[in-house]
Amino acid sequence: MSVIKKKSGALPDPEKVKSEILAKYPPKVARKRAKQIVTTAPDMETPPEIMANVRTIPGIMTMRGCTYAGCKGVILGPTRDIVNITHGPIGCGFYSWLTRRNQTRPATPESENFMTYCFSTDMQDENIIFGGEKKLRAAIQEAYDLFRPKAIAVFSTCPVGLIGDDVHAISREMKEKLGINVFAFSCEGYKGVSQSAGHHIANNQIFTHVVGKDDTAPEGRFRITMLGEYNIGGDAFEIERLLEKCGITLVATFSGNSTYDQFARAHTADLCTVMCHRSINYVADMLETKYGIPWIKVNFIGAKATAKSLRRIAAYFEDKELIDRVERVIAEEMPAVEAAREAVLPRTTGKTAMLFVGGSRAHHYQELFKEMGMKTLSAGYEFGHRDDYEGRRVIPDIKVDADSRNIEEIEVSADEKRFRARKTGEQLRRLESEGVSFKEYEGLMADMKDNPAAVIDDLNQYEAEKLVEAYRPDIFCAGIKEKFSIQKLGIPMKQLHSYDSGGPYAGFTGAVNFYKEIDRLVNSKVFAYAKAPWQKNPELSATYVWE
Amino acid sequence: MLLRHTKPDVMERTALTINPAKTCQPIGAMYAAFGIRGCMPHSHGSQGCCAYHRSALTRHYKEPVSATTSSFTEGSSVFGGQANLLSAIENIFTIYNPDVIAVHTTCLSETIGDDIPQIADKAAKEGKVPSGKHIIHCNTPSYVGSHVTGFAGMVKAMVHYFAQSTGKRNGSVNIIPGWVEPSDMEEIKRLAGLMGIKSTLFPDTSGVLNGPLTGEYRMFPDAGTPVSALQAAGDAVGTLALGEWASAEAARLLDSKCKVPCKVLDLPIGLAATDRFIDTLRTVAGTTVPDSVEFERGQLVDVISDYHQWLYGKKVALVGDPDQLIALTEFLVSLDMQPIHIVSGTPGKRFEARIKEITESLGRPVNVRCGANADMFLLHQWMLNEPVDLIIGNTYCKYMARDLDVPLVRHGFPILDRPGHQYFPTVGYKGAMRLLEKILSALLDRKDRDDPEETFELVI
Ligand code: SF4
Ligand code: SF4
Repeated sequence: MSVIKKKSGALPDPEKVKSEILAKYPPKVARKRAKQIVTTAPDMETPPEIMANVRTIPGIMTMRGCTYAGCKGVILGPTRDIVNITHGPIGCGFYSWLTRRNQTRPATPESENFMTYCFSTDMQDENIIFGGEKKLRAAIQEAYDLFRPKAIAVFSTCPVGLIGDDVHAISREMKEKLGINVFAFSCEGYKGVSQSAGHHIANNQIFTHVVGKDDTAPEGRFRITMLGEYNIGGDAFEIERLLEKCGITLVATFSGNSTYDQFARAHTADLCTVMCHRSINYVADMLETKYGIPWIKVNFIGAKATAKSLRRIAAYFEDKELIDRVERVIAEEMPAVEAAREAVLPRTTGKTAMLFVGGSRAHHYQELFKEMGMKTLSAGYEFGHRDDYEGRRVIPDIKVDADSRNIEEIEVSADEKRFRARKTGEQLRRLESEGVSFKEYEGLMADMKDNPAAVIDDLNQYEAEKLVEAYRPDIFCAGIKEKFSIQKLGIPMKQLHSYDSGGPYAGFTGAVNFYKEIDRLVNSKVFAYAKAPWQKNPELSATYVWE
Repeated sequence: MLLRHTKPDVMERTALTINPAKTCQPIGAMYAAFGIRGCMPHSHGSQGCCAYHRSALTRHYKEPVSATTSSFTEGSSVFGGQANLLSAIENIFTIYNPDVIAVHTTCLSETIGDDIPQIADKAAKEGKVPSGKHIIHCNTPSYVGSHVTGFAGMVKAMVHYFAQSTGKRNGSVNIIPGWVEPSDMEEIKRLAGLMGIKSTLFPDTSGVLNGPLTGEYRMFPDAGTPVSALQAAGDAVGTLALGEWASAEAARLLDSKCKVPCKVLDLPIGLAATDRFIDTLRTVAGTTVPDSVEFERGQLVDVISDYHQWLYGKKVALVGDPDQLIALTEFLVSLDMQPIHIVSGTPGKRFEARIKEITESLGRPVNVRCGANADMFLLHQWMLNEPVDLIIGNTYCKYMARDLDVPLVRHGFPILDRPGHQYFPTVGYKGAMRLLEKILSALLDRKDRDDPEETFELVI
């Protein structure tokens, strides 16, 4: 790494870093990775094209997981009252048995909560040879007999897809027999190229089998949904608190601290707000097409972003009372945030971060770092698509390859009974002109023009190590698999998929938590201990003499 | 109430596993592979499995767990994974430069029927394997066995691929430690060292999965069993396999392949099992047991006698891996405790019989179940029917421990929420002392919490 070693505070040229990274790869790999590593510049008009959502290269230590993980773990994971049965050998179910990533808060001590349980058909040899349908049927029955849940969901793992068990037919059959909702997901791990395919499969099925099943709208004048919020570390609790304080009714969250009934009523909302664009933007589109609910992109990560998002929601409803109330809430909440911010600023200003996480998180968290005077040097998504980097305007140009083609797209049209345009075209246009943009997401790169390093899709361990060596950021954010190799290099590492049991980081309280946590990490003494005193000064210049 | 839906009436289930007491084979193979020096574990299947296995091991060891995957997509599952593995091999040697790639399959590549040796051969013919480098493999379909059998499979592969006999004995004793912590491997080496015995331990994850923080990251630290030592294992005077489930197969293969005689012992957890280990080691190596080891033993007996009162008659529920549970149960019985509910997700006919044998002296029925339909839901139900004073098991037991308000001693895999297991052993006499300390602390903390003020005691 000689060429790119940091000299006297100046940051190395990202293009040089890139070519150093690529130099190690076999030519074919280098050619592919070259398109997934791009650099942004302050004077760029439109972001450069990045290759994303393509297959991971075999043998490369990727950060990615699989379709099943995206479906069962990410989307259905935070829903407490559905019995989720993994149909497959034991491992998949075992690993997706949740840790504290998503929290949930049942209404009463007796309320249903299956999140701490792990259900699996634990397929054995003979189920692979003779098929596992019989076992699945029996497992659904046993789950019903034991728990009497309102819904049961079935998740297919790799071998199930191969042997061809018809999980959907069995679910239909058991739905009929048991009189509860039973539905299945063909989310075999090999489908698609990352978790992203799993989100898609999950969302489609929830949309098909649950949304719209209950027309009773909850009370409240301003009803919204929160899409792509997963209640990591209790984020949803903070968002729920804020919305309630503002007088906004949250009809459903997809899917943090969520319930079956919330999903079933989602279509009764008057506005959809999208947090993680990647994992769920298509559901927002479908809700609009089928039920007439417009959507806006929001972000509750960062105090400023939270205030902005609340204002946009209020602006949408065009209600003076609400607008005032939101202003009051912001005014009430901000002093504590400002105080916490000012307390850390002297210690965090000028520090640097790198962010490589899931979908929108690698973008959202830059807001929080900005508030602390920190710069994000380099960022990228684990499973983003081009639109998450370059903005939605590129959606029409995205090539559909074989791997995306096998993820089912569902066609929706206006629901005859339930479609109700929430705003007229004219209203929408007026709102747009007032700054409430609908169906819009500019992507990560628009906000990374001034950042001196690369935007990298599907980063891997080797590249992470090289980046860290070249730039020595003050903090690196990724997931558990990356955590300790980064820390061995002497750089603190913050998980942003599970928060290392920290959080919440959303909203105003979350911002305060995050400031404190990052202050702790970037100013930690721990990493200074990596070298022993004698290693720092190995020359023997004097000796103590015992007298 | 985290597990509020668990009710005491046990309904026989035939299809649904709830809260499994095991996981799948590949993760065991991956863990074992870290015990070879300079080895890259490679998961041949979709990348999700590898991601899950890496995450689970990382959470347990709090260490980098570097392993690669063939990253199957739909195409590979239709046409087979040969192309993926070939390019993976090329990429791995070019980018990471390990000495060994240890390939294990997943249920996907197994169901397709990919032939790993044939693909590895092809890779070698195509010049994708640099000279002096190795590819080894084992088959680990997840619909068979458990993480423990996967571990056993990779240990067996080490013998299969590396052990050679030159016809000349090298005076060394092989010790196959089984699925234990890096700290336990270290302790086993220490004991053998104290006895002046030349030994080869394989696999050996000490120093690999409990490494230091130095400001440097080394994907392949100077630790683990070197390939040369694995090769020389074929010339050893004998092999001690610790644990029937995790180690015996490899030892038997070494016996039939290189004529190295073997003995299968229990894991040296607790007094009696450690005694047998030391005694056997002494016999096969033809040495005497040094005073220092006898001293440690005496200390353990001393602690037991000092605290027997608090152990006597205490009922315990256990969940974990068979080799671990057999040794633990024996230890508990020897302390006059009552291990009464025992569950292991790993199958194996002899398990229930051995546990019954060990617990016979209790003179009462003991609940024991292993294999595919043994899970922690059942264990929980048993505890609802007959409460216990202590639970010993992995981190997932904390849900039950909280709901039932029973103290928990964490032991086994995975432990996600407490430090120590990587660094402090539970094998050997010192390990037994540590286990005792943990058990006693849990019981006595509980007593201190519950005692009325007049019996709240300063001196115990
Ligand atoms: S697909 Fe098979 S190998 Fe992979 S995690 Fe699931 S059970 Fe384990
Ligand atoms: S950003 Fe997100 S981390 Fe990441 S959850 Fe989306 S879907 Fe996952």
